[in-house]
Amino acid sequence: MQGKVVIAGVGNTPYGKHPGRDKIDLIVEAAREAIGDAGIAKDEIDGVFVKIANASPTVLYGQKVSEALGLQPAIGCALDQGGAANVGLMTYAALAIEAGIIRNALICYGDTARTGSHAVYHRPRGDDAIMGWYSTAAGYAMIHQAYCQRYAARDEYFGAVAVAARDHGARNPKAQLRKPLTLDAYLAGPHVIAPMRRDDMCLLSDGGAAILLTGAGEAKRRGNARAVPILGVGQAQESWEVHLRPDLLSSRAAASAETAFRQAGIRRDEISFAQLYDCFTVTVLQTIEDYGLTPRGQAGAKALAEGLGVDGWLPFNTSGGLLSESGTPGLQLIIEAARQLRGEAHVQVKSPRYGLVSNQGGSMHTHATLILGAAG
Amino acid sequence: MSVPEIIETAVSAPYWQALAAGRLDFQYCRACGHGWLPARAQCPACLSDDSEWRPASGRGRIVSWVVYHKAYAPHLAERVPYNVAVVELVEGPRLMTNIVDRPDGQGLAVDAPLELVIETDFGRALPRFRLVEA
Repeated sequence: MQGKVVIAGVGNTPYGKHPGRDKIDLIVEAAREAIGDAGIAKDEIDGVFVKIANASPTVLYGQKVSEALGLQPAIGCALDQGGAANVGLMTYAALAIEAGIIRNALICYGDTARTGSHAVYHRPRGDDAIMGWYSTAAGYAMIHQAYCQRYAARDEYFGAVAVAARDHGARNPKAQLRKPLTLDAYLAGPHVIAPMRRDDMCLLSDGGAAILLTGAGEAKRRGNARAVPILGVGQAQESWEVHLRPDLLSSRAAASAETAFRQAGIRRDEISFAQLYDCFTVTVLQTIEDYGLTPRGQAGAKALAEGLGVDGWLPFNTSGGLLSESGTPGLQLIIEAARQLRGEAHVQVKSPRYGLVSNQGGSMHTHATLILGAAG
Repeated sequence: MSVPEIIETAVSAPYWQALAAGRLDFQYCRACGHGWLPARAQCPACLSDDSEWRPASGRGRIVSWVVYHKAYAPHLAERVPYNVAVVELVEGPRLMTNIVDRPDGQGLAVDAPLELVIETDFGRALPRFRLVEA
């Protein structure tokens, strides 16, 4: 990638409850903001890339979204990679731009998991449901338990992640959950699927989000001084169900990061901040370790001792992430990274140079990593 | 939502029939020697069709476990708290199961040795495990 394609514009609806609204109308609202932010004409969009809605998958979805946007794009498509799909879609869109197949791509997501159906997150898991195996959260709880056992991890390590995300969400006017969390309140929270507590778990949210990609040359010609370059992308899939993996505590997030860092040509310690897919707190600790930002088993202690705020060891999920801003799967993390690198975040890191984003889906089945550079 | 129903397929029926007969069987590839669960038409290691069902010894170990305090379906309301565990058989295959007599996970540990206990529940013979006292 190395900066040949840029994020030209971003947009999102408020997150939380949008009773009576349709997922596609939330996408159009977010896209309208992204189009305005990018300063391009709507009809210049010739690629529409949409992640399927977790709560309500739809056939020919790329086409239904394009129709609502009044577009007949060269490429219109939908992707299912769970929560890794947004970085996945960005990757394929950026390659299509680089190849000259399209010029301007819209990546978008909308869902109504809060006021609509969230049955997908509580679903019986195939034949294993007869053993009581239900929900998305349970797969992560299984990893959480393995993490506690192998590393003798304290509950406070997970709490440090939740407290940081909630602190940042409280300062984001568009966030769904704006109530800060203390470590004591975290520890007093009830177990839902032990060892996982209520505040280890992400939100269920209605909302829409969109970003516009274009070529770096195109952005320059238009005088877009806030374009954020894509420096590296990587993907790697675990694919196997949680219980069939040889090691619950070593995921292919590592391989996805390796590819992204190699493309970007930067070292781990050059990262200014990380927007990590915090669907559950263990995912954050696991991703930090898979990414090689700390040795195995040490992410939690370091987070607790040195902090995940903008002045801490690793400025993390500065708009609140899935735990506080929105439980929607991952595009909000990319948008926040772009805002940071434009210097426009609510909780701003000082003069960031490189931003790291992780996306993952299923029960850590899929992984994607994105590295962005400073705007301009 | 009611009790989940197992839909037996041509591929999975032997697994359930063996349990009903008091055995836990796993699939074994005659081409490459790989063993696995759950049931599949082809070996996921070498893609051969040439597999057979073999009885497991019933011995295994805990890989990880969770304890549900929330009931995700009405029939589970009277069961919480209950555990679900990942168990690896000594033959290699893994399954999602329950550890009996330890609803809240008390005394469970990674690598704790287990033995098979087949229980009838929801009208089905199900493979569960009990801790083996050292």
